[in-house]
Parts: sequence; structure tokens; C-alpha cells
Amino acid sequence: MKFAISPFAALVAATLALPAAAQTIFPIDRADILSGSHFDFKVEFPGIVDPATVTVTINGQDHAKVLGKPAELIAREDGKEVSSLLLRDVSITRPGAYTVTASDGVTTKSVKWNVYATPAKRAAKNVILFIGDGFSIAHRTAARILSKGLVEGKYNGKLAVDEMPYMALLSTAGTDSIITDSANAAHAYTTGHKSCVNALGVYCSRAASTLDHPKVETIASIAKRRGMAVGAVTNSEIEDATPAAMVAHTRRRSDFNDIVKMYYDSKIDVMMGGGSPNFLPKSTPGSKRNDETDYIEQFKQAGYALATTKTEMFAAADNAKTTKILGLYNTGNVDGALDLKFLKKGSVPKFPDQPDVVEEMEAAIKILSRNKNGFVLMVESARIDKYSHSMDQERAIYDAIMLDNAVRKAKEWAKANGNNTLILVTADHTHSVSLVGTVNDESKESELRNRVGVYEGAGFPNYPAPDADGYPNKVDVSRRLYMAFGSSPDYYETFAPHMDGEFVPAIKNAEGIMVANEKHKDIPGAVLRVGNLPNKGSRAANQGVHTGDDVLLTAMGPGAEKVHGQMENTALFRIITEALALAPQGKAAGK
Amino acid sequence: MAAPAVPQSAGKTFGVSRRLFLSLPLLAVPALARAAESLTFDGLYKSIGVLGVKYSDRALSLKGQAVRMRGFMAPPLKPESKFFVLTREPVAVCPFCSSDAEWPIDIVVIYLRKTLAPVNFQQRIEVEGRLEIGSWTDPQSGFVSQVRLVDADIVK
Repeated sequence: MKFAISPFAALVAATLALPAAAQTIFPIDRADILSGSHFDFKVEFPGIVDPATVTVTINGQDHAKVLGKPAELIAREDGKEVSSLLLRDVSITRPGAYTVTASDGVTTKSVKWNVYATPAKRAAKNVILFIGDGFSIAHRTAARILSKGLVEGKYNGKLAVDEMPYMALLSTAGTDSIITDSANAAHAYTTGHKSCVNALGVYCSRAASTLDHPKVETIASIAKRRGMAVGAVTNSEIEDATPAAMVAHTRRRSDFNDIVKMYYDSKIDVMMGGGSPNFLPKSTPGSKRNDETDYIEQFKQAGYALATTKTEMFAAADNAKTTKILGLYNTGNVDGALDLKFLKKGSVPKFPDQPDVVEEMEAAIKILSRNKNGFVLMVESARIDKYSHSMDQERAIYDAIMLDNAVRKAKEWAKANGNNTLILVTADHTHSVSLVGTVNDESKESELRNRVGVYEGAGFPNYPAPDADGYPNKVDVSRRLYMAFGSSPDYYETFAPHMDGEFVPAIKNAEGIMVANEKHKDIPGAVLRVGNLPNKGSRAANQGVHTGDDVLLTAMGPGAEKVHGQMENTALFRIITEALALAPQGKAAGK
Repeated sequence: MAAPAVPQSAGKTFGVSRRLFLSLPLLAVPALARAAESLTFDGLYKSIGVLGVKYSDRALSLKGQAVRMRGFMAPPLKPESKFFVLTREPVAVCPFCSSDAEWPIDIVVIYLRKTLAPVNFQQRIEVEGRLEIGSWTDPQSGFVSQVRLVDADIVK
């Protein structure tokens, strides 16, 4: 403490300063910060402060000395009766332990930061980070059953994700909750910092604007600064949380129009997915923008090839001059594997020439690998999550198989191209899915629940042998997997695949209560399952929700050996930075 | 772009006209006498593409005229609202409070003449109103819409 406080003053301060009324410091306590990475520094005071009494020190020195410039004191943040200190875009190069202490003359708060360096020598040339959104253990097992089959309890083969030498369990909690969404979960991977639900590239402060929160730098930005190529490909909308975590800084993941601008400003080399309406000026029919900026045109002007179909994508990738590409293949999400390849439902009739995630990745690697400095690529199989939300097990499982196919192709590419690519495969969070057994239509039971085979009654499902890509060409077989959802809204259980399109479990009624979707009521054998999730209020669930189980991370390639045991999700970022030597010290840093 | 709201009086005239002119055949105004044309979601578009949609010739020819559309009401943000979103299939999301990601582009925004009464979001409804096509930003909500039925009534 800088100032001595009399026993009486200390008593008054202790009485007045309730725990909730202490300063809040960003980055938060126990933050791990990559040496040289950029971040915003913010101290929020619980009330209006007298600038003369405010001291903010880092390891006992004035903060301006350590961060290079003094923070600005905002007397009334957003017009409210609270003061904040803000200093944007700073960095700390010297690794070590830092104690940040902020005092307003009455209360003092300290946080500790760990600034870390990386090895001087780069182990990996490239990094491919696969995210199976919501990819849980049951999806993985189900994908293996359908793709490989098993005889007398032993699988006939392994998935590509199974055959990776390093594995860890990652915990996914955020700053605000044990449950994450895809925003702060992906943010942990792309920035190495924890954040709160809905946030991308920022800490969740009290700022009024979603774009004003304290930022932290993303792996895309750090890699671009080092001359690497960067890409993000997905089958969700490109503005959706997981791919957006590569470039976005917003407290609210639904800021799609701002996120498009952030993509543009980031100048990452490859971006592919759905979500074209937010690129179109608002006067163009079909636009979702609220301004007249034509981002399609802007990207073209900036030298990006534009692809709106698989054919255009491969043509652009095959052109040796293509080094940057914007691929938009759908107005909404790109259709999942089951619809795209077999059922032709969803939006396939409208968009018949969409690439799947595997093809997107192949085109992306072709383009990114033209940069001799290497690349960082995020590949997301997004709809494992979306179909698990909608409790559509077959669609979720087919997209897990698609993820595995992408991993297999990436492994083959890495092997053929120098074995210097770090490959990481993980999920961002889980769903409450579990394999319970099979549903057997050959049973004579009239009630469908009595056709559920458990223990030895489950036996083995009778899907046809998979095609070359690991997909059986039929899902509505007579003995099929039964994947149960542990948390759900009210819905009609039909014990069968949804052949006509993605399942919609629940809908709000006129009184605002979330109830089972009556569309499925009259399907023979359908039974009402009363849900266990909130059915009213702002958090009423119309679908399954994310769960807080740890996720699996499997890894191979240079730098993968750091993946083991139980780790925080933020550790994945550090593993990437170390493999790429993004913060070397001394001579290697050019100092 | 044209604002959707015509002067309130015009809306009222339109709204009562259908019943009135039955009893006053001699006063029938040609524009109002015409029964509302039915328009489907599919019938709105010639094509839906990544770089934009193209409206059908029929939809464009019905601009400014009374049309009927069938669809599902998406749960509105405020129950006492005067506008809501009509969708092809029932949706459980609220367009103003959840991510755009869950929102299809082929929606029609309905501006009602009267404050909305609660309806069952699972039941198909029929709405009649004057068709507007073209980008328009609601000054109150900031919501940008491309296709609207204004001065509308829920008829079924």
C-alpha cells in the first residue's frame, strides 16, 4: 500500500467498501498474456473518482512506464456516475509475473498477470485448428459406429480423430458461468483469454456499446503481423461465433454487420461459409445490412477472389494466382452432410452446388499454402452443434463424420507436405448427448419406447456399409442408434430420423410458454416428452442447450506434445503460439 | 425507399371498404373493389441467390396492392406490438432478441392497423395488407425489411 491508513479510516473503508464495489481490472486476475500481444487495459471504479487520488501501478511502477503511455481517466463513463481508466492497444514484451494495483484512495484492488514468451525456434510451419462445434463424446462414438462398424465389440477401424498421439481434456467455463457458448469458447482458443457468454475478442466490462469493451488480440492478427496466411472455413454463417472469433471484437456475437467489417479490416486470406446477406448493401433485395456498404465489392477491390458455389471455389483455388478468397455459399448456414449428400432437404434445392467442410478446407489449404511463411487455418464443422440444439441426432452424427473426413484429409496433406503442420481437433463445448442403445422396428411392441433396446437388447445397429467417405447411404434403418438428450424442452419423441428436414422440437405458444411443436404430434408413435429446461421467461429453451462437460482435444504434429492431461481451453492458444514461436525473446525477437 | 405507413385515414378507408362496398355497390372504387390476391412465400421470388434475391414478376406487379399471405407469426418482441414477422415455417426465435443466424431471409414483415392480439405461433395464419417491396428501415425499431404487408389485418 502506498498510503498509510489510520485504524479508524480503515474501519470506515472496510464498512463502506462492499466486495462488489471494488475496482475491476482488465485483463482479469490470473490472465495469461502472450508477450508482445496487444490488449486494452481498463480499470473500472465503483463510483466517481478524484483523479488526484487515483494510482495505478504495475509491479510497483506507474502503469504508464510499463505500458508506454498513461491511461485516460474517463470521469463519467457512458454518462453514468462511474469513472474508468482506459488505455487501448498496449502490450508487454518482457515475460514474467506482473501485479497490477489500482487504488482510488479508498479501496485498492490487485490482479496478477502472467506474461509468457515462446521458444525462439519455430516448431511448426502451419497450424490447422479443427473445431467440431458441440462435438461431444457420443457424437464421436456414433460417428465411429456408422463409419467403421464393429464386430464382436471391436471396431473395424479408427476415426482420423482417434489416431492422433496426444490427447487432453479441456475445461470450457467462462468468466461468467460454468457454461459457455460458441463465442467465448472459441475466443478462449483464438486469444488465450477467458471471457463471458456472447463475447468475442473482448473482456466483458460495463461499457454500454457492445464494441467498446476491452479488447485482446486474436491469433489471426498475431499471425498476420508475422506475415503468415490466415483462414477460417465453416458450414455456419461466416459471421457466426466460432469463425468470427478469429477476427471479431464485440460483446455481442449477433453484431453480424460489424463482424463483416471486422473480417474486412482483418485482411485474413481465406474466409468461407454461409451468411451472404450481411455482405450486401441494404438496397439489394435479400440484404440484412442496415447500411449501403457493398462488402462483396469491397472484398473484390481488396483483391479477393469471390466464390458463391463449389465450382467457383475450386476454380479459384486451382488458379495459382489466387492467394485470397471470400467464399459465400448460402444465405444462411451451408447445409449439413446428410442433406447435402443424401436427403437433399434443407436449402439444398435452392443452393445445389455448395461445398462441404472437407472441400472448403481443401480449397483453403491450396490457397493458404501459397504463402511461404506458413498459415493458421480454423476449420469448423458447425452444425454438429446446431443439429444437437435441434435434437436431430442423424444430422449431427453425419456432420461429425464430415469433421473426421476433413481431419483425415488434413493429416494426409500434412504428411505429404513436410510433416510440419500442427493439427488440433477439439470441440468448443458439449451437448447433453449420450448413446443409450438402439431402436428396433422389428420388435412387435406397439409403443415405440418399448422398441428401445438397452444392454444386450441394443445389439448392433444395421446401417448399410458406409461409402468411401464413411457415410452409410441410409439412416432410416430398422435398427438404428438411439441417442438421448439429457436436457430438452417439451417435444414429441418419434424415435426416428427426420427425413423431411431438420427437427424443430418446441415453439412458443400464445401465452409465451415454450411448448412441444405440434407438427410432430401426429407422426405414428410420437409421444410427448415433458422437458426439463426452463419453458418461460427470457431463457426459455426451444431446443437442447450447451452443457459444461470437459471437451476432448486431440493433437499431432510439431508442438502437439504439450497436449496432455487436463487443461484450460485457453491453454490451446498458448500451444499454438509456442509451436509457431510467436513471441521469441532476445536475439530471435530481433532485439 | 417508400415508407410503409400511408396516412392513417387511407388505411382506415381500405380496412372498412370491403364490408362497406357490398352494401353500396354503386360507390365501389375500382382499386378497392378488387379482391386481395393470394401470394405464397414461393410465389414472392423468382430466385434466391447468395448475391441477392429476385422477386417474381407477379410479386412486383402486385406492389402497392392488397394481397393475402399465409404463414406463421414469429414471436414478437413486445406483445402490444403493431408489427411482427411472418415466416414460411413456424419458428421459435424472436428476430429482435436472437442472433440473425437463426433468421431466414424470406420473411415478410407485417405492419398491422391495430395492436397485435396474441396468436398461437404454431397455427398458420392468413394476413391481408398492401404489399410493399424494397428495403426500408423502421425508424422506431431500426429493423430493416425487404418485403412488407402494411395496413394489414390478420384475417384467419
